[in-house]
Amino acid sequence: MTTIEFFLAGTMSAATVFLLAALGELIAEKSGMLNLGVEGMMAVSAAAGFVATYETGSHLIGFAVAGFAGIIVSLVYATVAITFLANQVATGLAVGILGLGLSALIGRKHESLTVASAGNVHIPMLSDIPLLGPVLFQHNIVVYLTLATAVAIGYCLKYTRLGLAIRSVGENPHAAQALGYSVPLIRYGAVVFGGLFAGFAGAYASTIYTPLWADGMIAGRGWIAVALVVFGTWKTGRIILGAYLFGMVSLGELIAQSLGAAVPSQLLSSLPYIVTIVVLAIISTNAARLKLHAPFALGESYDGSESR
Amino acid sequence: MSEATTTPLLSLRKVTKRYPALIANDQIDLDVMSGSIHAVLGENGAGKSTLMKLIYGVIEADDGEFYWEGERVDLRNTATARRLGIGMVFQHFSLFETLSVVENISMTIPGNRKELAKRVLELGETFHLEVDPQASVHSLSVGERQRVEIIRCLLQDLKLLILDEPTSVLPPQHVRSLFDALRKLQSKGVSILYISHKLEEIRELCDTATILRGGKVTGAVNPNEKTARELATLMIGRNIPQIEARPHQRDTDEPVLRITKLSAQNPDPFGTHLTDIDLSVFGGEIVGIAGVSGNGQQELARIISGEDLSHNLPVSTIEMLNEPVASLNATERRKLGFSFVPEERLGRGAVPPMKLAQNSLLTAYDKGMLNRGFIRKDQVNDYTSKCIEDFDVRCSGTQASANSLSGGNLQKFIVGRELMLKPKLIFLSQPTWGVDIGAAVAIRQHLLNLRDEGIAILVISEELEELFEICDRLHVIRNGTLSPSLITADVTPDDIGEYMIGTAGAPGDAPQNEPEFANAH
Amino acid sequence: MHIKFERRIEYSKKVLLAVPVITIGLSILVSSILLTILGKSVPLTMYSFFIAPFENFYSITEIFLKFGPLLLIAQALAVGFRAKVWNIGAEGQMIMGAVAASAVPVYLVESTSIFLLPAMLALGALGGMGWAAIAAFLRTRFNANEILVTLMLTSIALQILYYLLLGPWKDPMGFNFPQSVMFQDEALFTPLFQGTRLNTSIIIPILFTIAVWIFMEKRFGGFKLEVGGLAPNAATYAGFSAKGAVWSSLLLAGFAAGLAGMSEVAGPIAQLQRSITSGYGYSAIIVAYLGALHPLGIIFAAFFLAVIQIGGDVALVSADVPISAVHVFQGLLLVFYLATYTFVNYRLRIHRPGVLQSAKVSS
Repeated sequence: MTTIEFFLAGTMSAATVFLLAALGELIAEKSGMLNLGVEGMMAVSAAAGFVATYETGSHLIGFAVAGFAGIIVSLVYATVAITFLANQVATGLAVGILGLGLSALIGRKHESLTVASAGNVHIPMLSDIPLLGPVLFQHNIVVYLTLATAVAIGYCLKYTRLGLAIRSVGENPHAAQALGYSVPLIRYGAVVFGGLFAGFAGAYASTIYTPLWADGMIAGRGWIAVALVVFGTWKTGRIILGAYLFGMVSLGELIAQSLGAAVPSQLLSSLPYIVTIVVLAIISTNAARLKLHAPFALGESYDGSESR
Repeated sequence: MSEATTTPLLSLRKVTKRYPALIANDQIDLDVMSGSIHAVLGENGAGKSTLMKLIYGVIEADDGEFYWEGERVDLRNTATARRLGIGMVFQHFSLFETLSVVENISMTIPGNRKELAKRVLELGETFHLEVDPQASVHSLSVGERQRVEIIRCLLQDLKLLILDEPTSVLPPQHVRSLFDALRKLQSKGVSILYISHKLEEIRELCDTATILRGGKVTGAVNPNEKTARELATLMIGRNIPQIEARPHQRDTDEPVLRITKLSAQNPDPFGTHLTDIDLSVFGGEIVGIAGVSGNGQQELARIISGEDLSHNLPVSTIEMLNEPVASLNATERRKLGFSFVPEERLGRGAVPPMKLAQNSLLTAYDKGMLNRGFIRKDQVNDYTSKCIEDFDVRCSGTQASANSLSGGNLQKFIVGRELMLKPKLIFLSQPTWGVDIGAAVAIRQHLLNLRDEGIAILVISEELEELFEICDRLHVIRNGTLSPSLITADVTPDDIGEYMIGTAGAPGDAPQNEPEFANAH
Repeated sequence: MHIKFERRIEYSKKVLLAVPVITIGLSILVSSILLTILGKSVPLTMYSFFIAPFENFYSITEIFLKFGPLLLIAQALAVGFRAKVWNIGAEGQMIMGAVAASAVPVYLVESTSIFLLPAMLALGALGGMGWAAIAAFLRTRFNANEILVTLMLTSIALQILYYLLLGPWKDPMGFNFPQSVMFQDEALFTPLFQGTRLNTSIIIPILFTIAVWIFMEKRFGGFKLEVGGLAPNAATYAGFSAKGAVWSSLLLAGFAAGLAGMSEVAGPIAQLQRSITSGYGYSAIIVAYLGALHPLGIIFAAFFLAVIQIGGDVALVSADVPISAVHVFQGLLLVFYLATYTFVNYRLRIHRPGVLQSAKVSS
């Protein structure tokens, strides 16, 4: 593989982590729940998924366990922020801190171990195309499933009644409740979906993208996923694009090293964070536009009382 | 008499709903007969809306029984209510701005969108409730939104339609067309529960009226057999207090507030752009701005108050007390002798969880409450006690939190706090929204007294009656433009209504996206 | 029948006082379950966490050594949280404070000037404030969310620290370890007691606490910040500057975190190295909340968290409890705090339609 092929192929793989987590967060936010605990959910699932894969040798079991772990952590958030009406930002932080602690606890006996990477699918014919073949059509099945899911989510939000329900509780929970939708139930569902996908993102990160467990390996990717939802202005298409952009940026360090560039590695390691800040500033400058796209009731607790 | 007419469509027995601060509905009995237009009459805070939400299943009763066509039913969610044939049009509509009409309807009515759109058009024609099914809700006028809500109810098998203060958002002309549509529904056998605090319209429309006061039923009468005065007595327990309005001359030669050619683009695509607003208010007069909500009132209020400085207007666009102020913030404008009462009490005019004393500090800190940046508690408490006393604010004292007060009492506190600043120019937005009659009358009387002392007063209100009661001059705001100044004594509510719907004034100012109810005639 | 939260008319003071006790109780309960699952001795761990730290004088001074930075940063963060300015990057601001302060002894290795320490104090504060100012600028000028920006800035600060330690600031005699030279005594705070690490820098958080208490309770400036947090529209209505609130909250936190970072490198660590923050920037978030965002409450909360951090070290040795258990415990504290705090403003109401209410209507 040439460097350029490696780079492009790596981008798709790296982007999948961001995309999975961001899709989950998108659904949660569309329902009005700002869950900042993505980093923690990913960390717990990455650890749990790795341990499961390591012990059973099955990536499938790893993903299942990771998804389950993500759901459990998201339920902690949902209980405190939905049922107990706590401030969503603070609850997200709490779950993030809890998750990071738990992940270290779960993974402590597997620190620095590795698992075999899962096999890649070779799409017949297409994967034989020179250059494009290996770049686009020789990835783990999860890469393609994620893209397909992204499209499905975009469709569901826009055209189905379930999508309408999710959007309506995020726009105006009082009206949604008056129409007979259960705001807490829909929000629980959306948050749990977010947990499931953060779980998959964690499993992909620890068993496929870099098949090893090290404490702190999520390294801010959960937070970048949260930022991606803002970058994508809550639209699926733009979130896919953003995820691939960040997949590319996160490979900068590896690429520069392989090219032997004389840039301090710390600068390259900082690159995803710097890019996040810059893009965030650019996207957010037009406050009115951002507000227009953001779910109107994002971050607001709903206690079922009368609005005035 | 047949069995069908003697069994009420809906009966409530001893229905009770309690909140921590009050009993909103106390052992309510109510019988709604088939084919009747039944009024629920009561002033703000009497418990009308709560009762309707109990019937529609939005909230759950603590106690009591519901009977539907004689059968005991459990109304614990809106789906049950809809299945029985109950529909409700909310006071603040339950539509989603970002969705189209048909998308909104499909949220509660099954069926594919094409078919629904067709039925929306059909029903619109039958009942003269025309609306474009594909239009986005945010592009619709308030009247059209109301039609969407009514049509949504009609799409189910409707037996009882609940309308919560449906005319409070409509210009007078549209009220009549709404009544026509309701009578048409009645003739098709639909019962209507009609909530209002407006006596005349109830006498015109309804055949039965149940009157609520303080959460209790105080009477069930035929409104046509009662005078408005008798209904009022049942509603508030005494005669409606009258205010002394007398004509008054301007006290200043120069306007105290002058707005010249104010235009402002709203970055929010659902908001209203203001264009070429000219307005002046002299000392010793009350100027009112009427209009259907959502026509630029909120945008204009924020610009006049200094809360919204984002438009970088030329400084002399707004002049207060002969000073150009368009670049000054709210604090600086207040220092010139301006004060403002916003329409939202909780969260804007007052900080809900803070004590009344702290809420005094919010705008009155310049009245000796600070000593080099340190808060002087005694001064704060003195000011607050005086406000509570002078403006008859019913509360547990200066340490009561703002959100523990009733709407009327908090409004009296905020108005009092602002009037005690001794402003030369005061601006009030919806001064009596959701306020009980006693408090509303007290506030209006205070304003008239201040006017007589030579203060310049500007009032934005959606209540025409209120504006006619206190204003010397009126403007109407529509689509972000202001009508010429009208002398209140020379115009009728119908004239103002013409401006509200855009059939009066400049010939170029034709109505937009507003197929009129009036077409039905 | 179902159970619902119903807003109280006035918040409950009794519940407010009970919240920390219940929070700690629930956290201990859940972590005991976790410990049992891990096969660790619960009584031994609890003893290590809560009793052992007080068993000898040195250990008690160590509690106060951790208490200092936690108190300092948490007080500042609480001011911001009350104004709803979500600075969660105190960790980064602390790093940059430590880095800026370290420039003095790194470049003036030979100096014995009495101005070394004051210069480090000033640079430490400025370093933290400068780093926080980036977030404040991006928030007020570009509307960029401060949660994400402060967090990303922390990751960048860490990379800057690594760069300096592996490059220009590496101790030439340090066997290639990523650390700076050891600082001279003149660049260090004086120990309070012989043989302990607790030093005179403890006075900074104490003075800062008093200042914050006066600011939030007595000053109009504190009132304005609080209004901005509770009701942003009311703040705009009154004419209080929202940008001012962002700037002052972030600069205050940068100041405090910078000083905390400086106190670490000029105190127990005595050089610049990779692990200078001990996670104080994150723990302080928990301290701020556990102290109900109130200056007095935060004193107790900071002390409590300092105890369990020392206790965690003890438990690692005595009960073989992994150090991550401390982080889990901290996370549990915050989770349970937020859940129980709901009862301050709400009470439970049991709905039984058709049956007379047993719950009384409280006044």
